[in-house]
Amino acid sequence: MKEIVCKLLVIGAGPGGYVCAIRAGQLGVDTVIVESTKAGGTCLNIGCIPSKALIHAADEFEKVRHMAGASNGIGITVEAPKLDLSQTVRWKDGIVGRLNAGVLGLLRKAKVKIVHGPARFRDGKTVEVETETGTQVIRAETVVIATGSEPVELPALPFGGAVISSTEALSLTTVPKTLVVVGGGYIGLELGTAFAKMGSEVTVVEATPQILPQYDAELVKPVARRLGELGVHVLTGARAKGLSKEALVVETASGEEKRFAADRILVTVGRKPRIQGWGLEELDLDQSGGFVRIDERCRTSMRGVYAIGDVTGEPMLAHRAMAQGEMVAEIVAGRKRVWDKRSIPAVCFTDPEIVTAGLSPDEARAHGYEVRIGQFPFSANGRAMTTEAEEGFVRVVARADTNLVLGLQAVGAGVSELSSAFSLALEMGARLEDIAGTIHAHPTRSEGLQEAALKALGHAIHI
Amino acid sequence: MGEFVIKMPDVGEGVAEAELVEWHVKPGDPVREDMVLAAVMTDKATVEIPSPVDGIVLWLGAEVGDTVAVKAPLLRIEIEGEGHATADTAMKPPAKIEIPAPAVPPVESADVIPLERAPRPEKPAPPRQEEAGAPRRDAPAAPPAAARHEPGEKPLASPAVRLRAQEAGIDLRQVPATGPAGRITHDDLDQFLARGAQPAIAVPGLARKTATEEIKVTGMRRRIAEKMRLAASRIPHITYVEEVDVTDLEDLRATMNAGKKSDQPKLTILPFLMRALVKTLGEQPGINATFDDNAGIITRHSAVHVGIATQTPAGLTVPVVRHAEARSIWDSAAELTRLAEAARNGTAAREELSGSTITITSLGALGGIVTTPIINHPEVAIVGVNKIMTRPVWDGTQFIPRKIMNLSSSFDHRVVDGWDAAVFVQRLKALLETPALIFIEG
Repeated sequence: MKEIVCKLLVIGAGPGGYVCAIRAGQLGVDTVIVESTKAGGTCLNIGCIPSKALIHAADEFEKVRHMAGASNGIGITVEAPKLDLSQTVRWKDGIVGRLNAGVLGLLRKAKVKIVHGPARFRDGKTVEVETETGTQVIRAETVVIATGSEPVELPALPFGGAVISSTEALSLTTVPKTLVVVGGGYIGLELGTAFAKMGSEVTVVEATPQILPQYDAELVKPVARRLGELGVHVLTGARAKGLSKEALVVETASGEEKRFAADRILVTVGRKPRIQGWGLEELDLDQSGGFVRIDERCRTSMRGVYAIGDVTGEPMLAHRAMAQGEMVAEIVAGRKRVWDKRSIPAVCFTDPEIVTAGLSPDEARAHGYEVRIGQFPFSANGRAMTTEAEEGFVRVVARADTNLVLGLQAVGAGVSELSSAFSLALEMGARLEDIAGTIHAHPTRSEGLQEAALKALGHAIHI
Repeated sequence: MGEFVIKMPDVGEGVAEAELVEWHVKPGDPVREDMVLAAVMTDKATVEIPSPVDGIVLWLGAEVGDTVAVKAPLLRIEIEGEGHATADTAMKPPAKIEIPAPAVPPVESADVIPLERAPRPEKPAPPRQEEAGAPRRDAPAAPPAAARHEPGEKPLASPAVRLRAQEAGIDLRQVPATGPAGRITHDDLDQFLARGAQPAIAVPGLARKTATEEIKVTGMRRRIAEKMRLAASRIPHITYVEEVDVTDLEDLRATMNAGKKSDQPKLTILPFLMRALVKTLGEQPGINATFDDNAGIITRHSAVHVGIATQTPAGLTVPVVRHAEARSIWDSAAELTRLAEAARNGTAAREELSGSTITITSLGALGGIVTTPIINHPEVAIVGVNKIMTRPVWDGTQFIPRKIMNLSSSFDHRVVDGWDAAVFVQRLKALLETPALIFIEG
């Protein structure tokens, strides 16, 4: 096959890779992107998007089921609903398919050449791709590694049979009667919650003393309470030891061994960078904690080789990868860019949702700041009351000396949409007065942000 | 309490004025006897002015770069007991300077300079020097008072401001912020750019640079500039370049260096050139001369004092090998080494930096095939040495490798005709190509 020679080669068409390629194409850089499976990466195919579809379906189902149960205050009566999970998955696959096609269309529009197949480095500038029609050699001046990450497997619970990763969990066609989730991080809890709402009997096994260990206890409390309402059994400080016949053996916090019979065991104990199988050893790139080491311009230890996204480390979030991809494309096009983001917001689509940006109160104190904190509960917010979702709060963390906002957090229904306001405030260097002095539309949940800032300033109105 | 006035000392050699090049003190500073107060520079040398008394500096009489006449008051010191300053001194008491006050320019006649007059006529800001000893007090373009950022903290600025800074190659940590909570605004960045900020971060890609830096020409550089202007504006130069085959000379030099005694200096090509010059100038005294064009008098010198253009950290200086005619080749070499060393570390005496009758300039080590040397006024000739290169030379039957060196020499065409210049250079060439001739008497 004739060699392809290009200026920029992007390996992996996930959120980092495809954004990088599209932006490079926009800037007139001769770009090729290689993808071994489907465009969109983990996020679009087996991550963010399908999980959100499933969560939405579960929410809708649970809402109706709730109405069908005991008399509800609103006054709606419905018959007991039924869920056809195989149809739900087809619906989800339809959305994923539309987005796949959308990404490919955007790449084509940006004049990016797409090569399908697994890529392997021959050297820092040359990649071989096993396409359906043979080996395609691509030579590029600049290479961007955007190979992403994959679920971590527990040695005691290898994937297969009843033991599944998030990927399989998103394609189940029947709701398991019993589901054990090993790993109480955001992926496990999002999916565990969804299955609980769809009718599974769910047990969560978390090794640390708290579910969602990266968040502070205040933010997690409403989520833990809701899990209780949904009948999810949470074991913290517990370790999954392995399978014994059809049951999962768990060592609890008190040291007892317990057995949980489970139709499915979902292992969500983290994700690891995909640094094998594409010839990293040929490149001998420096690594840092198992990830490809990058500098503030996403340059690896090899000249002309960049890396972006999950393969470069935490936080493994699609929007971080996208921002890195955009930056690298502009650098390759000759522009001067350096990573200087102040905020990478993180959202956890549990019930209720959690959103964080910047520093938590403890992190701010650990940085040596004297802080001023304002917290506003949704129970005092009109919109929250009228949507039967009063759980949670908005919290702002600011420097005590200058009122500069250092961090913003919220937990509550739909708070994921506050992430843009949070990040904008941090990137713009907002002070408490800036947020407090901005009119927030009434009645919305976003008023909670303004009130939290007012509260930190000592003059909240509605509490 | 009395006052003690220190005046510009007579630094010798009939010098009537000297340039102030450095203050070591500022008003309000306590001083002790023998502490260095200032440095002044004459045509020849830099002289440090020590304090004869203990006391507190009250007033400085000049700014760095000012030329101060000998005997003019330079600074006033408050001392214990009775001072010697009286009302009839040329200097009037300056403003009642409390303690830290800007340096005050020389007082003309006004009894009191109100502090409101502080903004002086526009002068380019001197380059900032972070010298612990002598912090500058005047800062004409002081940045607006604003919070600087603590080290390690990310500068506070909106993404749009950060992007502009990246494009301009500006490290935002250097930009003074005026926004709330120390936020850097677009205006702050504009002002920083307008002040000619140097891009601080190395970023890939090509970038426009708009910064300029003003450097006040003072001290040694000013001397050099004046000397060059004088020479270039008054002397019509004729420059004559000839190539010299120094193969035999280089062989001789190598032999002499190999056989030299341990206390003898290593020979470069310069002592040979000096010996050849002495011989040639004996035949052409009109070239070993100085020309006083104001008086219209050419002075021919029997002594050959060879100035050697020498690069020092402060700039070009010309130490002089005196009486080259009376020095052996080894003696010439030793003197050359000693003088070059002294010139470089600033210990050369005034006499060693003046009085040359002809000058040699050598950029040979750096390469270059031709130079157009500027004559060291009031001399009438300068000989420039270029790099020795091995080149193929046709000897009539074949090309042979020979070591070739160019001599680029300039002459004052008012008093040296082209013919004489050429004869001089050709004679030099003949001597250098057959180096035995240099050493043959008669």
